Amino acid sequence: MSVTTSPPGMSLVADHAHEHDPAANALSGFWLFMMSDLIIFGLMFGTYITMLTPMSFAGGPGPKDLFELPGAAMETAALLTSTFTFGLASLAMKYDLGVRRVVFWMMVTLALGLVFLGLEIHEFAHMVAAGAVPQRSGFLSAFFGLVPLHGLHVTAGSIWLVMMLIQIGRTGLTETTKSRIARLALFWHFLDLIWVGIFSVVYLGGIA
Amino acid sequence: MSTLKRQSRAEAYRHDLRGYQMGFALAAILTIVPFALVATGALPAMAVLWAIGVLGLMQIVVHVRFFLHVDLSREKREELYLMAFSGSLLVVMIAGMLWILFNMYARMM
Repeated sequence: MSVTTSPPGMSLVADHAHEHDPAANALSGFWLFMMSDLIIFGLMFGTYITMLTPMSFAGGPGPKDLFELPGAAMETAALLTSTFTFGLASLAMKYDLGVRRVVFWMMVTLALGLVFLGLEIHEFAHMVAAGAVPQRSGFLSAFFGLVPLHGLHVTAGSIWLVMMLIQIGRTGLTETTKSRIARLALFWHFLDLIWVGIFSVVYLGGIA
Repeated sequence: MSTLKRQSRAEAYRHDLRGYQMGFALAAILTIVPFALVATGALPAMAVLWAIGVLGLMQIVVHVRFFLHVDLSREKREELYLMAFSGSLLVVMIAGMLWILFNMYARMM
């Protein structure tokens, strides 16, 4: 039985318990995805740091001309709070505190995610209007490679949240939905972790 | 029996909730301090950069521990090794990248 159900190549693991739990298996797979995503973000950070020299500004605007502390602070506050509210949704799900509570905290999380995206789009539009476009300099190319990549991830996470809310509405909190939300929670917390790197390196490091 | 079970469940919930609250509070402090340092300019620029780096790394540890729930326990060993391996790969790649490119930059000056 265990030979036929465990995935090939995994049968040398002495503890088979977690292999029989599809949700736990899917979570492990999702960890692999997140770590490869981490490498992508890490290399974008590396590229960005190499583009922090006056030569890479190409006579265009640098971090001190472009970034403002209040905007970065508001974006950080929105995302950090959203990661906490998703935690509350996860807890409501784990301890069966009712579908309504799960949905409520997921909606709060979604709202905060959208606030974050709104602030970010506003910031980018402001930069573009001031002539700070990706093709202006190597530094700006690296900036628009790194920060909007994170924004795209948050967008994907928000779409995923909407899909989960629709699924809860249609079928309720089934085991399948719960397992998907558990992975989304991991994704959302991971995005906040990446944001810690962005506000430290790009915004605080750039303004200091 | 069932009340005992319910009680321990409520306790487990409170314990988990405290974890998220603790993580949120620590992350907020570790965010506010570097923002305040940059806003006030109380320290010299180099010290501020060091503070941003150290506090950022501390906050990453807080997020991993309280939000991603990866700690030093045996059940989380797989994720911990995966993160440690990915992290070390990343350090090699980023450090190598910066070393080579800043070396070339210095030579071109």
